[in-house]
Amino acid sequence: MTDAPAAPTGAPARLTTLDALEAEGIHIIREAVATARKPVLLFSGGKDSVVVLHLATKAFWPGRVPFELLHVDTGHNFDEVIEFRDRTVERLGLRLQVAKVQDYIDDGRLRERPDGTRNPLQTVPLLDAIAGHKYDVVFGGARRDEEKARAKERVVSLRDEFGQWDPRNQRPELWNLYNPKHLPGQHVRVFPLSNWTELDVWRYIEREGIELPSLYYAHERPVFQRDGMWLTPHPSVTVREDDAVETRTVRYRTVGDASCTGAVESPAATLAEVIAEVAATRITERGATRADDRLSEAAMEDRKKEGYF
Amino acid sequence: MDTLTTTPSLLRFATAGSVDDGKSTLVGRLLHDTKSILADAYEAVARVSRERGGETVDLALLTDGLRAEREQGITIDVAYRYFSTPRRTFILADCPGHVQYTRNTVTGASTADALIVLVDARYGVVEQTRRHLAVAALLRVPHVIVAVNKIDLLDYAAGPYRSIAQHVQSHAEALGLTNVITVPVSALVGDNVAVRSERTPWYDGPTVLEILETVPSIDEGADAIAAAHRRGIAHPTAADAEAAQVGWRLPVQLVLRPQDAALSPEYREYRGYAGQVAEGTIRVGDDVVVQPSGRRTTVAGIDTATGPLDEAHAGQSIAIRLADDVDVARGDLLSSASDALQPRRTFHAHVAWLTDRPLRVRDRVLVQHGSALVQAMVVAIDGVLDIALPGGTLDASIKPGHELLLNDIGVVELQLAQPLAVEDYGRHRRTGAFVLIDPQDGSTVAAGTARAQAPGLGEDAYLSI
Repeated sequence: MTDAPAAPTGAPARLTTLDALEAEGIHIIREAVATARKPVLLFSGGKDSVVVLHLATKAFWPGRVPFELLHVDTGHNFDEVIEFRDRTVERLGLRLQVAKVQDYIDDGRLRERPDGTRNPLQTVPLLDAIAGHKYDVVFGGARRDEEKARAKERVVSLRDEFGQWDPRNQRPELWNLYNPKHLPGQHVRVFPLSNWTELDVWRYIEREGIELPSLYYAHERPVFQRDGMWLTPHPSVTVREDDAVETRTVRYRTVGDASCTGAVESPAATLAEVIAEVAATRITERGATRADDRLSEAAMEDRKKEGYF
Repeated sequence: MDTLTTTPSLLRFATAGSVDDGKSTLVGRLLHDTKSILADAYEAVARVSRERGGETVDLALLTDGLRAEREQGITIDVAYRYFSTPRRTFILADCPGHVQYTRNTVTGASTADALIVLVDARYGVVEQTRRHLAVAALLRVPHVIVAVNKIDLLDYAAGPYRSIAQHVQSHAEALGLTNVITVPVSALVGDNVAVRSERTPWYDGPTVLEILETVPSIDEGADAIAAAHRRGIAHPTAADAEAAQVGWRLPVQLVLRPQDAALSPEYREYRGYAGQVAEGTIRVGDDVVVQPSGRRTTVAGIDTATGPLDEAHAGQSIAIRLADDVDVARGDLLSSASDALQPRRTFHAHVAWLTDRPLRVRDRVLVQHGSALVQAMVVAIDGVLDIALPGGTLDASIKPGHELLLNDIGVVELQLAQPLAVEDYGRHRRTGAFVLIDPQDGSTVAAGTARAQAPGLGEDAYLSI
């Protein structure tokens, strides 16, 4: 038998890829909320967490989103992103909790790293916030296509008392039956966008008319090159004497710690242009813009084991 | 129909093979030939290949994600990959092939519209092949593609491929698999993976990618189409597929009752039952049975955040309103009234045991079925499947056993603390599937597929369909 069965002519209405991903994301969010005692969404104002929040508004319509938002603030954020974050929270009538890395540095619980990046310092404030607020289900916008270790992450992923992920001892995840059971002190991370690609996220943002922080779109900005990335002068970045600062047209593909999140040169000022650019791009999202992922081939896996998001 | 070409649909597929069958290479080849590998990811793999002294870029490295895997050169956990062609987008569950990781194959196959089983052309059908085909049969994966790999090492000879293909088909037939397609490939060189090979003029079938691009997914009615095929209709139309379709099912995840002063007055009394349509098509006005209570009412409305719908299809996340004020809670199953089954207190099921601790009679477990979670006890272990299939068929190859060990597939009888609308997996994929959870530590310990009867008791058992 060599003939592949084809779909019937005039097949019943089918879901497009975006329809299917949206329906799956809503199902995951509803399932997690239904079994949670106190859920929370990690919300940075970045596009992935914005899309998760958008799915949540759809999942619970006509009611409002039934959980708080939590932002682990490195203190190195872009002003536009913080402004966008606060405006979004206000618009939806939600409650935002902020865990500040700066507080931990001020009282000595954490020390600045020699390279100045604060992304790895988020782990302790995050875990303290989860324990302090007694969150048991923590939503995040991580996607499996971001990185090789994340490709093996479950949709519903157990974390132990230390927030650790144990990649060798993951629960099998069968059909669309998600198991959120956990013991006291443990919690689960839930990733509704697990099966989305960067391009899916952008196409969905376009389809749904979702607002994002302005720095995702091309704009003129003073930048200088370091380690092959365009960084922008910011209170968190030490501009050295030999750094040549110039104005270029750039945009950001991810938003995070300004000291290690690079811009990419791009003329894409509109959603359609960004989508065309992402569709044609030849460099993965993290490779282009995140210095901390380049530390080693296992960089992401190491941080995840420590409880990083 | 132009929607078939203009709106890319989604296909989920899984890959399975034993060690060194070249599965990771096949996956790397699919990603490479569909131009899905980005420049920096390719550079990283090329760099590692050079460091290891390789002459060519080892495409298998693209998918070996965890550090332990890279160190051991093996794959230990399901890795998900994403790529697309102009015709379709794909979610690939890349499943490791070692015997001890069969649980991952079960995991990957549970959501798969298609399963690719790798066979090494030099060795043909081996124990792992039989195991993977048995998993495909048990989980009713709609399409199975057996990629007979490394034909380059046999100088592209037709004879060995044909004899393996015949062997595969006769084994598949014994398993009740009617949907197996064999393809001669070389993942290393790229023959018949995404591009038709000129070195296999004796093969006129499709490439692996062509099959993946054209077969119907579960949400596109693969089950109904297969049922039409079984009724002898070779090329079913939409009407044939519709006729073969079973009723609809909606597990209730949440009751939406917004209690918010800021809400507009029209939603003050709102009560919607939220869930993802498990199968079939729900239409406004349909008669409904609420399981397990058995109460009856009708569908008053189908809602989404972007507006009401006249009908909702399998896979859509929606909320429905009911005409009468009946008691419905999370864990209930809303079902089309025409074909609703009686809820059960006991049922037989195939169980793939996925944990180190053995399963024994009188063990307590939690059954997660749709959105329901119910206590249960194992009242009987009817037997354990011998995947070498000495009896010729699955049902005839169940040998007596009193416990299930890691990676065993057995037939068990479960007794439930509360009735559940568990259905025959052969007819109702979503409402026949369940997982078992350890009530003490919360871990997932088994994948289960319910069957209407114990093996050997007649034609209703799903493997006999």
